[in-house]
Amino acid sequence: MLDNLDEFFKGFGYTLALFLVCAVASLVLGTLLVAMRVGPIAVLRSLAAVYVSVVRNTPLVLIFIFFHFAAPIIGINFRWVQVHIGSYDFTSAFATAFVALSLYTACFVCEGLRSGVNAVPMGQAEAARAIGLPFSGVMTQVVLPQAIRASVPPVASALIAMLKNTSVAAIFFLAEATATMRGLTNDYSSQRIGIFLAFAIGYIVLVEIVSMISLTFERRWRIA
Amino acid sequence: MRLRKAFAATTAGIAIAAGLAACGDAGSDDEGRDVDAKSDCDKKFDEGSRMAELAKAGTINVGHKTDQPGVGFQGATDDVPKGFDIEIAKLLIADLCIDPASDKVNWEETISDNREPYLESGKVDIVLASYSITDDRQKVVGQAGPYMVTGQQVLVKEDSDVTGIDDLKGKEVCSVTGSTSLENVKAKGAKGVGADSYSECAEKVLDGTYEAMSTDGTILAGLAAQNEGQLKVVGDQFSTENIGVGYGKDHPEMCEWIDGVLKAAFEDGSWAEAFELTLGPSGVETPEPPTLQPCK
Repeated sequence: MLDNLDEFFKGFGYTLALFLVCAVASLVLGTLLVAMRVGPIAVLRSLAAVYVSVVRNTPLVLIFIFFHFAAPIIGINFRWVQVHIGSYDFTSAFATAFVALSLYTACFVCEGLRSGVNAVPMGQAEAARAIGLPFSGVMTQVVLPQAIRASVPPVASALIAMLKNTSVAAIFFLAEATATMRGLTNDYSSQRIGIFLAFAIGYIVLVEIVSMISLTFERRWRIA
Repeated sequence: MRLRKAFAATTAGIAIAAGLAACGDAGSDDEGRDVDAKSDCDKKFDEGSRMAELAKAGTINVGHKTDQPGVGFQGATDDVPKGFDIEIAKLLIADLCIDPASDKVNWEETISDNREPYLESGKVDIVLASYSITDDRQKVVGQAGPYMVTGQQVLVKEDSDVTGIDDLKGKEVCSVTGSTSLENVKAKGAKGVGADSYSECAEKVLDGTYEAMSTDGTILAGLAAQNEGQLKVVGDQFSTENIGVGYGKDHPEMCEWIDGVLKAAFEDGSWAEAFELTLGPSGVETPEPPTLQPCK
């Protein structure tokens, strides 16, 4: 295991990179979705509701399979993605994982935020409307700031689940941590248990960091 | 009450239909060789040896691949796998006085990454799954043979200009996650991309995501034959893989037995016949039988 530390870190490098870009994308998309779901326009409301129920009810692996094997047939592919940073290559496998994982996680972020919106008393939104704020103002200045506070724990859970879900990309052409582990266990089958433990600990450390960040936000944003 | 009767009638109907279907299949699946089980295993093997135990039990678990046409392949609707690995497995099974075509043989799919754990836990008795003999693997499992020597080549689209692995430096080349092939690709300066199966790689070469895939030439030839006119094998072999039979480390006596069966197959021509039948159609010429490695 010690001889292959560079591979170990490279595997987790891809995992971490995938997590970070997906976290940003799914937070943005999830916020948009929740705004659509609680907004005044009926079409957008049902559109967001349909999206969330369809995508959330589909296994993540199926979403990956769709973007890897079905989408290219109808012309949707990510071959044009060619980003190389140092020894890291972010090409179609990474882009596909990014799209699949972000679209999937956004649903859970949306639902987490919605639980926060529901926790904001009705009178807050009514008061905001009463002083003449448009919907965007009601959302960005009154409802969402309070809703986000209340939804830190569920959104953090969605992100932690997403961090572990990055391992699904292992079977779809991306050499992230789990794929690296499988490569190492095959080459060094006599050290299978040590390799497995090292990678399991790697995931635990990453998840622990995410939950600590979430705790910090929870404390900082606590309603006095 | 009426409901229950209707249910019983339906299940009976399904059972009959299934029975008929099974009969229909029995005759049509004739792509492999028929290998007859040896008789008289009473005193053939030493008392207490694993071979004697298997012969006495009359059943055996065999690990194999399902995604390598010509080598080890099993479609979603196939009852039994077929390919060169499977033909060699049949010879070994028959030598234990077990009928290779019967349901006494439990064909168990093994992927690259779980062959050692399956052997170690006893889930399978022997593994014939394009299993390269390596020193590190021999620390945890036994490996006998080789019954085939192959080497890594490159598979590209029919209209590609790539002539070998050297044209692919710095480019993405697909192989299977956790396989020796993937490491060899990286050692040659290409960027390895790991898929879950060789057929997924072939699909990605076909749809243009990756320019090439690489693994043992025999497997590539099988894939090329399956997608005739769309894919081709190019370049010289740039690695040497000794494909052997895996067995449990607790049963070292199996090595001599496996080598004995292989040697007999080399001599009586059944090895060559198995090769022609499975890999011949994909255009691989039947080589000389390989030299067996001594048992440790």
